[in-house]
Amino acid sequence: MENAIQELKLTKKDFESDQMVKWCPGCGDHAILKSVENVFPELGIPKEKFVVVSGIGCSSRFPYYMNTYGFHSIHGRAAALATGIKLANPELNVWMITGDGDSMAIGGNHFIHLARRNPDINVLLFNNKIYGLTKGQYSPTTPQGSKTKTSPQGTFESPFNPGELVIGARGKFFARVVDTNMKMMSQVFTEAAKHKGASIVEILANCVIFNNKIHGLITGRETKNDNQLFLEAGKPMIFRQERDKGLVLRGTQLEVVTIGENGITEDDILVHDPTNPDPGIQMMLANMKAPDFPVALGVIRSVKSQPLEEAIWASVKHEKEVSPLKSVDDLLHTGNTWEIDNGK
Amino acid sequence: MTAKLDRVVELDQAVIRFAGDSGDGMQLTGNLFSDSTAFAGNDFATFPDYPAEIRAPQGTVSGVSGFQIHFGKTDIHTSGDLADVLVAMNPASLKANMRWITNEAVIIVDTDSFIEKNLVKAGYESNPLMDNSLSGHVVVQAPITTLTREAVKELHIDNKSAQKSKNMFALGMIFYMFNRTLDRTNKFFETKFAKNPLVVEANKKVLTSGFNFAHTIEAFANTFTIKPASLEKGVYRNVTGNLATAWGLLAGAERSGRKLFLGSYPITPASEILQEISRHKQFSAIAFQAEDEIAGVVSTIGASFAGAVPVTSTSGPGLSLKSEALGLAVIAELPLVVVNVQRGGPSTGLPTKSEQSDLYQALFGRNGEAPLIVMAAQSSSDCFYSAYEAVKLSLEHMTPVILLTDGSLANGSEVFRIPKVASLADINPPIVEANDPDFQPYRRDPVKLNRFWAIPGTEGLRHRIGGLEKEDGSGNVSHDPLNHEKMSALREAKVEKVADYIPELEIEGDEDADLLVVGWGGTHGVMLTALEQLREEGKSIGMAHFKYINPLPKNTAAVFAKYKKILVCEINKGQFVNYLRMRLPEFKYEQYNKIQGLPFMVKELKEKFSEYLSS
Ligand SMILES: Cc1ncc(C[n+]2csc(CCOP(=O)(O)OP(=O)(O)O)c2C)c(N)n1
Ligand code: SF4
Ligand SMILES: [Mg+2]
Repeated sequence: MENAIQELKLTKKDFESDQMVKWCPGCGDHAILKSVENVFPELGIPKEKFVVVSGIGCSSRFPYYMNTYGFHSIHGRAAALATGIKLANPELNVWMITGDGDSMAIGGNHFIHLARRNPDINVLLFNNKIYGLTKGQYSPTTPQGSKTKTSPQGTFESPFNPGELVIGARGKFFARVVDTNMKMMSQVFTEAAKHKGASIVEILANCVIFNNKIHGLITGRETKNDNQLFLEAGKPMIFRQERDKGLVLRGTQLEVVTIGENGITEDDILVHDPTNPDPGIQMMLANMKAPDFPVALGVIRSVKSQPLEEAIWASVKHEKEVSPLKSVDDLLHTGNTWEIDNGK
Repeated sequence: MTAKLDRVVELDQAVIRFAGDSGDGMQLTGNLFSDSTAFAGNDFATFPDYPAEIRAPQGTVSGVSGFQIHFGKTDIHTSGDLADVLVAMNPASLKANMRWITNEAVIIVDTDSFIEKNLVKAGYESNPLMDNSLSGHVVVQAPITTLTREAVKELHIDNKSAQKSKNMFALGMIFYMFNRTLDRTNKFFETKFAKNPLVVEANKKVLTSGFNFAHTIEAFANTFTIKPASLEKGVYRNVTGNLATAWGLLAGAERSGRKLFLGSYPITPASEILQEISRHKQFSAIAFQAEDEIAGVVSTIGASFAGAVPVTSTSGPGLSLKSEALGLAVIAELPLVVVNVQRGGPSTGLPTKSEQSDLYQALFGRNGEAPLIVMAAQSSSDCFYSAYEAVKLSLEHMTPVILLTDGSLANGSEVFRIPKVASLADINPPIVEANDPDFQPYRRDPVKLNRFWAIPGTEGLRHRIGGLEKEDGSGNVSHDPLNHEKMSALREAKVEKVADYIPELEIEGDEDADLLVVGWGGTHGVMLTALEQLREEGKSIGMAHFKYINPLPKNTAAVFAKYKKILVCEINKGQFVNYLRMRLPEFKYEQYNKIQGLPFMVKELKEKFSEYLSS
């Protein structure tokens, strides 16, 4: 017992791998890695229970940089891999690292099914709105009209918004953070870890080489104050350091108001409820776009629901109790059998 | 029961085909006859012939559902070439099955259904019962529908429900023809319809009426018996290939001490494996129905990493989707069993028909140098042993295995002598102990060359694996040219090493003949039957039939060297023969191929073998 307690006093060091981190200097992924290294030791989980899996992409190199069990799989398929791991052994704490190409394009199908099935997996979606590893082609989250290597005239396609997709796929947990705020990342990753079920966190990540400052309006020193709304459960949706702006519901739509103008007080501001199973307002929050609206950060949706593996293993337990079949020998003798005793 | 006729003829074997509209309950009829056959002590094999559509238009040829049973007092290896008896419940089923019966076959028809409307639907221009087109056959004309209604009249059930049991009338007639008793089938009604005594009563009455009718009208010139087969002592049952596969996997998991994980996506003709495993959570077996075949295999690879017995089941198009992930399992050197139930291809091809045309795909269908074990089940009951063996080889050698079965094996059934699970070979996966000081992700067993299974959750073994090339030993990502060459060689050698752990090839038939016939997988039964018949006729001929394809059994070349002529027979365009040409180019191979979505017939094989015997 004493041993166990000592074992759980983990530090960042316990999770740093001996592999050289090969992301470009200045890449947003570095800060995300640091935040995860900060969060893992604090979760009270033995280090051998962590499994970090990924698909393919710059972001998906992540498992090599963590000293946990890790699996760098194939492009787009991390969700399926993670699901298999979690179902096979629900005791494991499974983290899935994916990029916007990995999870929104080639792995889009697996991604929505992960959200729908709700296994207890924590998903960190590094959304740099570009294909980094393959050097700069547009992705399903690239804003329409963006010029990239494969869209010299600008893209003609309308992008996905991951939050909208998660909620549309009936996901129970969605959060958004920026790669420039380690404190925010640590706090939200911790909440994702604690949520039982699929927790999907979109990280607005910067690819300094192929899509630099794509989130500039949201993360830039000058503009972030106007364009970030950090949501907290039970608190009014107020933003800006000055706490002078907030959101209200006007008719069926959100509206930005100024507190103190037109008789608006803090009491008029919408209070955030991520636990509301009805995703109406959460969906609107997930869809807010700068500069007309602040971009919603923090936990946007967090609804309780039984995780997939729990339901399955409860069924296993039940079947073990009620099934007359105790072994495969029993199974082989079910149904019509006959004995031949005068044979060769 | 009514006294039997005197004219009882004893047969060695017989083939019966039950055919009717999809809604006529022919599968149940066939299964009940099989059950009675088992009880009579015969050996048997069956094959269902379903329409491709679920609810094909009633009364049409495409809506015909059939069930064939071949039973005998000798060992039965196939469901039979052509039927000696055809039960045809409507014109369409007669039309669809004329080419599957012998020239002298007895045909039992429900005359009530041979009305203008149905004849037109079936595409008959004149009534075959009238126009002499069935001459040569013994045609037993029975107004089955009318007599069925008559039989249940006093039970006051509506016509529609009454008609539902007309298949039992036909079964009663067949029972009479083969001197069977009705008790076992009556008992079946009692259990099956326990909640509905009226239905029990109706079915019993109809079955008995059919039996009595055949007797009363002296429907058959003779009745027949087939003596019990002299099967090995033991407890027997009937299994389809898919059921046997699922059970073999469960047995493998039980004996390995690990939990079964099956990640699959439904596809004909493999879905029953997924369905069967889904029913066995009591063994801690998890069946995960994924969103597609890619997720099926990848979730399974995840489960493999996590320490489960990892299986994914599919058919040809699904195997195509799994290709990239198979490469991942090869480089990650994790266990993975892929059951591929072959069907007619390419593309959607002939989903309900059988073929052996996925061999190239299994052997070569991946990017890079990606060797894995390929094996093939040889009969419906062998699916049990092959699935078990696939689990054993995959776990012990830490490599993916593709087990090929096919639609014929999957849906066909045969008599299966139930083994004791404890009597099967041990399965010892190479699991790393916690805190092993020598642990390295890509350290290898010096003999088998497998790496070891370090299962997440185990203390002191944290490590990373993945699809990028690994450094020998440490398992770190490596782009070093010589390391890649070394790892490629190691992965290949590891699979080749498996040859030391599989049985040698056994010659069936004559060792000192000139002609060796060669096959693999699902053709074993039919080839063996052809071989046995020719040998009974005094011909000298040998057979080598393969279950292990990659690697080949070690003595393959030694076996081939004994013969002057080698004839390789396959249900494809020659995939195995070309593989043999590549692996063992020192021999000359002849080939015999059929690609009609149909199995070989004994007759065809005998003709072909005879050609080579005399040339
Ligand atoms: C089957 C397959 N197709 C294509 C690729 C090439 N590929 C690798 S990563 C990638 C896109 C990565 O983009 P994203 O997921 O956004 O990750 P990022 O590099 O931006 O972190 C592509 C197209 C591949 N590895 N595998
Ligand atoms: S290319 Fe972009 S995403 Fe990839 S490591 Fe460099 S900065 Fe990061
Ligand atoms: Mg990206």
